[in-house]
Amino acid sequence: MSEQQVAVTAQPGEEKDTQEQPLLSVRNLRIWYELKRFGFLHAGYVKAVDDVSFDLPRGEAIAVVGESGCGKSSLMKAILGLVHPYDGQILFEGRDIWEGGAEAMRAYRMKVGYVQQDPYGALPPFMTIRRILEEPLILAGVKDKEERLERVIRSLEEVKVTPPSDFLNKYPHMLSGGQQQRVVIARALIRNPKMLIADEPVSMLDASVRVEILKLLDEVQRERHLSVIYITHDLSTVRYFSERIFVMYAGKLIEKAETYEILRNPKHPYTWALLNAISDPLAENATKLREIPPGEPPSLITPPPGCRFHPRCEKAMQGKCDVEVPPEFRLGGNHEVACWLYEEEGRVA
Amino acid sequence: MTFEDFSDKALVVEDLVLYFQLTHGIVQAVDHVSFSLAKNRAVVVIGESGCGKTSMGRALTRLLPRNVARYSGKVYIDGLETMALDEETYRQQIRWVKISQVPQAAMNSLNPVLKLKDQVMEPLLLHEKGITQEEALERVHAVFDFVGVPEGFIERYPFELSGGMRQRVVIAMALITNPTVIVLDEPTSALDVLTQANIYNVLKRIKWEKGTSFVLITHDVATSSELADDVLVMYAGQMMEHSPATEFFAEPLHPYAKMLMAAVPKLHGDEELQFIPGKPPSLLSPPKGCRFAARCPFAMDKCKLEPPTFRMGDRLVKCWLYEKEADEIVSSPEALAGVSS
Repeated sequence: MSEQQVAVTAQPGEEKDTQEQPLLSVRNLRIWYELKRFGFLHAGYVKAVDDVSFDLPRGEAIAVVGESGCGKSSLMKAILGLVHPYDGQILFEGRDIWEGGAEAMRAYRMKVGYVQQDPYGALPPFMTIRRILEEPLILAGVKDKEERLERVIRSLEEVKVTPPSDFLNKYPHMLSGGQQQRVVIARALIRNPKMLIADEPVSMLDASVRVEILKLLDEVQRERHLSVIYITHDLSTVRYFSERIFVMYAGKLIEKAETYEILRNPKHPYTWALLNAISDPLAENATKLREIPPGEPPSLITPPPGCRFHPRCEKAMQGKCDVEVPPEFRLGGNHEVACWLYEEEGRVA
Repeated sequence: MTFEDFSDKALVVEDLVLYFQLTHGIVQAVDHVSFSLAKNRAVVVIGESGCGKTSMGRALTRLLPRNVARYSGKVYIDGLETMALDEETYRQQIRWVKISQVPQAAMNSLNPVLKLKDQVMEPLLLHEKGITQEEALERVHAVFDFVGVPEGFIERYPFELSGGMRQRVVIAMALITNPTVIVLDEPTSALDVLTQANIYNVLKRIKWEKGTSFVLITHDVATSSELADDVLVMYAGQMMEHSPATEFFAEPLHPYAKMLMAAVPKLHGDEELQFIPGKPPSLLSPPKGCRFAARCPFAMDKCKLEPPTFRMGDRLVKCWLYEKEADEIVSSPEALAGVSS
């Protein structure tokens, strides 16, 4: 790791030639976890992520939305290089992250920041804030103590944990939940990553603090021109933050579109159901039952044939949806949806 | 007040106080809260973490930790004053007979080594004298059917169920004795949106078909509107506003309630999200005067004095801003409880 790669100021001029290329490309990614074998008997796989492809341009924030067990955390782990894909590729700046061995992976992880879901669990309780924030710099090879301290202070200022001098020698438990989450964000940003992965960064926080953190992430993303993957189950917070939404169901991306397009004009019956289940604070909610698709998400070991949502879908077409896996149909704009209902309207992406 | 006044009330709380003793002082978790809840209605208690809402739920069901410094006031459940009862009588006659609770993180509150039927049946066997195993099992089947737990699950263990199903089982357990009031503490906070909506559908059906009343404690204002008839806003241990849901969601009165609502992400509409600067005061030594004054954009000199509770129609608000418009000042706990619902 050279000093230059972890330099404080990002050089806007660098890599101009690669501007067109997306920062991250996920190609036909499959994350299958093998089940325990019984002797020679092969018991099968948990197909947590199954044939997922997308591009993340530089400086764009996207959200991956889905219920628990839909594979969004596996997708995140694969992008962080924590699980090896069963099949498919993850290209960062045009290079497969698994190419080039441990050293290349280390270099890759230097460029990726990670914001954990639970700030209380993500910060080591026995380290001071200063030590927590210095650690990534030490690992990045910043030897100068003064420089490290200066960068720690600057990053605390950036996430508005001020004045930094009051916090440097505190331990995580002395901070409020919101401040802890800010420290987690500071830690993710301190090596000037190009990409930030935020896994439910606000789900553990109070409503008011939640807004503060979302605003902070939004600000940081704009100022640093960061690419962000925001993983969440909560569609209502997404529109304050990301430009595009990917909806995930049972290991597949079923709909991709601009945030406002999804919220105003959901196409996939699952997206529609998901949006319909979210309450805005209105008194009339209490007077009616909500329409919820029956059943629960399918097993990922033996997913249903065809479209994985068809057993719960009221628009399912017999002989079609339960047989053939729908390809992604591209509709007007940047709207892509994997649903047979749009076969005539769209063209295969 | 006489017994008759409460005939249509499921729950009347007067001047409820719950303080905890810590090594470095006394935490005023619930500080003189009064309200009432009519039968077949639901009141939602909202506020930030640490505002005393969970403590209030525990005070209602008298599930208290050891370090209680003060526990006083009156709690009438179904017309019966329960604070005067000793622990044994309360356990036998009130808890789970008149009032039951779905605790926070309820999904993890099931006993992992008992089959579902055995744990759901337990309150019945304890509280309904002379009930046979067969009758109890019959009731478990009925209540599982009602909350939407499939037939075969009765013989299963908790770990075999998804989070949403476990939550239904815990609700079934609270419902099986047909209590007058069920206290729900964050019933859906760990669940997915679809599961969440499903659980609220179950709760609505319980309210409509069984006539149960609910005290719903939550920080999630948006989903709480699914069940709310009344809204009670708590801040730093005190009741700041108590309004019918229709009026509250249209326009909250108290500045804290207004700011809390502005911080709720909405799916539709284009308002900018706002947050409340600062943090709630320590309940060890709450500030004198209005407890929200330090964070309030409308704070005036007068806010150094503690505001009384003003009545505006059928709404109650503890804020000096409404001094002029208000119909009257309500000060006695009986009257405070009388105004609401």
